[in-house]
Amino acid sequence: MTTTTASSGRRTVQRPGDRVFSGSTIAAGVLILVILAGVAAFLLTNAWPAVTASAEDLPGGRTLFAYTAPLVFGTLLGAVLALLVATPLAVGIALFISHYAPRRLAAPLGYVIDLLAAVPSIIYGLWGVAVLAPQTVGLSRWLESTLGFLPFFSGPASSTGRTMLTVGIVLGVMILPIITAVSREVFLQTPRLHEEAALALGATRWEMIRMTVLPFGKPGVISASMLGLGRALGETMAVAIVLSVSPGLISFNLISPSNPSTVAANIALQFPESSGLAVNTLIFTGLVLFGITLAVNMLARWIIARRAEFSGAN
Amino acid sequence: MTVQTAPQQTPPGGSSGRPALAHGVLPRWAPWAVLAAAAAVAAAVSVTAGLNAALFAVGTAVLTGAGLYAWSSSVEGGRRAKDRLVTVVVSSAFLVALVPLVSVLWTVLTFGLQRFDLEFFTYSMRGIVGEGGGVYHAILGTLIITGLATLMSVPVGLLAAVYLVEYGKGRLARAITFFVDVMTGIPSIVAGLFAFALFALFFGPGVRMGIVGAVALSVLMIPVVVRSTEEMLKLVPNELREASLALGVPKWRTIVKVVIPTSIAGIATGVTLAIARVIGETAPLLITVGITTGTNLNPFDGRMASLPVFAYYSYVTPGVPRDPYLDRAWAAALVLIVIVMVLNLLARLISRLFAPKTGR
Repeated sequence: MTTTTASSGRRTVQRPGDRVFSGSTIAAGVLILVILAGVAAFLLTNAWPAVTASAEDLPGGRTLFAYTAPLVFGTLLGAVLALLVATPLAVGIALFISHYAPRRLAAPLGYVIDLLAAVPSIIYGLWGVAVLAPQTVGLSRWLESTLGFLPFFSGPASSTGRTMLTVGIVLGVMILPIITAVSREVFLQTPRLHEEAALALGATRWEMIRMTVLPFGKPGVISASMLGLGRALGETMAVAIVLSVSPGLISFNLISPSNPSTVAANIALQFPESSGLAVNTLIFTGLVLFGITLAVNMLARWIIARRAEFSGAN
Repeated sequence: MTVQTAPQQTPPGGSSGRPALAHGVLPRWAPWAVLAAAAAVAAAVSVTAGLNAALFAVGTAVLTGAGLYAWSSSVEGGRRAKDRLVTVVVSSAFLVALVPLVSVLWTVLTFGLQRFDLEFFTYSMRGIVGEGGGVYHAILGTLIITGLATLMSVPVGLLAAVYLVEYGKGRLARAITFFVDVMTGIPSIVAGLFAFALFALFFGPGVRMGIVGAVALSVLMIPVVVRSTEEMLKLVPNELREASLALGVPKWRTIVKVVIPTSIAGIATGVTLAIARVIGETAPLLITVGITTGTNLNPFDGRMASLPVFAYYSYVTPGVPRDPYLDRAWAAALVLIVIVMVLNLLARLISRLFAPKTGR
């Protein structure tokens, strides 16, 4: 990959310029690792006062666990919902772009989907609360009356639409581009010979996709949706604007006006007016979020990296 | 597979047609005919239900799928029918994804154009209550903060990418690659908390400055710059490097004079896309920079306004006549989306116009 020419016998001449330049590139690389470690270290030191403080000094007079748990629950609920919305759609879009659309249109269509990723999250938030939320009211009422026996739709249905359901849809739209982009890349890597062999045996296009493209792309789709999950977990502004929250609640109810908040949205809403121990508590929740997203992302990257070696052998 | 009985069944889609070949292949126009028929039926139903656009779209898709499946399975057999059904499903998945995109753009345009006037771009919010005022201060704040973030992240990102491509071997390079990838997934709010905690160490707990926001944004920006630059440097043909080294040019001059100029267009594209990604970030600026009504051009002194935070506060905490505040929020959102789209277009133009001169 690299073109270093240091042969075994002779050493290449090391000029001062070389030393300075390579030293500064190494410094830049190490700086990135330092920043990442610094993020963890600074969050940890700033969160520590909240860990050691007694419960009555914390905001809301609850223990740190009781404060954080509903937020983590809300974060996971919203993100999983987003994943349920986005993954099937993204796989469909990726298949459309990679195997159904005319070859010449594939690149522009992919660019159109990438435009979804370019829209800032604040705008998704405004759109979610102004346009999408009112549209979901009818759906919520219908879900309450027909599927009300499920805990997810037990109601009472919100009249504003600022529910976890809306948040799930908005987050789903926001993570759609990344899942689509990664899945598309993986689908395009399917060995051409596998596809042609399937077609030559008389398979229809769908059978070819089911027998060659999907099995080949499965790990890629899994890690793509985990990357999307990481995005959805950390998404702040859209949730902060759309969701109407009631603190400390843990509920699977997706359509009611009282919802558990998410970690990121809670920080954004509370931080500007907080001081003292409240800031430490918020930073502690941020640390928890950092830990969760780090774990999800590392797992996803690990799967992708493992696959990259695997697909190189094909 | 199916045994065909003499007369053709008419499909539920309402379209009539005879198979083109005796042993069962639908004519080429069959999907479009079914689509048109389904759209007609769905339109009739949704007009009677009171002009329901959602019902029309869903109805068209469902009827097309069902009609085509039924027709095809009666003529071509189950396997082909399934294939056609999946084609309909996959195509409608793509169309479904276009709905939010179009809706977002349309909403921002219609609401945003209400206040998209000269005053909006030339006035700050100092002393403004109710109507009037603008985002002059917020635009300048966004440009200053994003500019500082770019100044900090581009050198670091560029050098780190050079290390990974030209020098990096062994565990350090692998660790950097892995953690750069991981770093792209850091939630923006966590980056904001990090910058806040870093500066609170020196300036006390209530710190709000433009530079803090710039540091937070550069945490988000560095991994994007590294990744895109790395990809571009890898595209530079090895022959160029070897030719330069063979002439006795030191390695660092080879990189500075040959490798980077060859890939500069791609690098510029990557940097532009990275700027476009962070310029709309709200959460880190909300907690590190805050908001102010006046114009503050000094990133080292006190709160600054920025477009996304301005839009957020105008929308969630409007004043007593609500409408002017909401109009300003939407107009600020429109400015933001225009900036982002222009940056995206610019990135594509750069890569198109100054394509790498690899001789291929």
